[in-house]
Amino acid sequence: MWIFLITEIMFFGGMFLAYTIYRGTYPEVFAVASSSIKIFLGAANTVVLLGSSLTMVLAVRAAQLGQQRAIVIFLILTLLLGGVFLGVKAVEWKEKFDEHHIPGPTFHLEGLPDDQQGHAQLFFSLYFAMTGLHALHMVIGAGILITLIFQARKGKFTPDYMTPVDVAGLYWHFVDVVWIFLFPLLYLIDRHMKQPPL
Amino acid sequence: MSEHIDSLKTYLLVFACLIVLTGVTTAVAFVDLGAFSVVVALGIAVCKMMLVSLFFMHVRHSSRLTKLILIGGLLWLGIMLSMTLTDFATRGVMGVPGR
Repeated sequence: MWIFLITEIMFFGGMFLAYTIYRGTYPEVFAVASSSIKIFLGAANTVVLLGSSLTMVLAVRAAQLGQQRAIVIFLILTLLLGGVFLGVKAVEWKEKFDEHHIPGPTFHLEGLPDDQQGHAQLFFSLYFAMTGLHALHMVIGAGILITLIFQARKGKFTPDYMTPVDVAGLYWHFVDVVWIFLFPLLYLIDRHMKQPPL
Repeated sequence: MSEHIDSLKTYLLVFACLIVLTGVTTAVAFVDLGAFSVVVALGIAVCKMMLVSLFFMHVRHSSRLTKLILIGGLLWLGIMLSMTLTDFATRGVMGVPGR
């Protein structure tokens, strides 16, 4: 599982690299674009996702201790929190559609001259690629959790055999760590630069 | 895999730290630190990553092989980032067309 997670690090690493290069090339535009994202939902979602990591680790702990009911309860809680995260994400994306912040012919970001709109589209392309890929990982994680919940209900996991729960936990925490980096990069950095460079 | 079982208190404490760090990084984003805002934001993110990996992912009690794989992976990520950025930052320095 760790080897798989390393391949995932490189996978996301490529996107972080692309982000770093374009942010270095157009820092002012990226600052304006990044500041247009609502910070509250992002921060709240971070807390939700961290909470789901907590319940996940408690599910693993319950499996280690052989507490059958607790495994199921904590897995369901993790699934619910993951669902909340994806729901908030959907609301955020919906807002982007309403504001014409989707890269494409109708794209327009307020506070930027016309010749810089293209650069702002780059930011939002990266925003959607990175959060989208992260959300896809969450959906896959939710599928894994649902499978585990059914298996746990049948009492499949004991302290001697809890590797599936353990490994699913590693995956879930990894997705959490990716978000830990996405949140400051996409939402926070350069938010203090209030004035758009006109 | 991991034989050691952490207490509920440990997990809750780690979770509380993570929440506090999230609050700090959000609050500090509104303060003008100049070039250091990136450093602070990523520094806090790395701290959170360490908390999640060491405690939630049980790296703290994992075998040396697991740790080696993780460190090796991060090392390669560092190589990819630093090499590409070195290339990108020094393009045009020579004044040769196409370079």
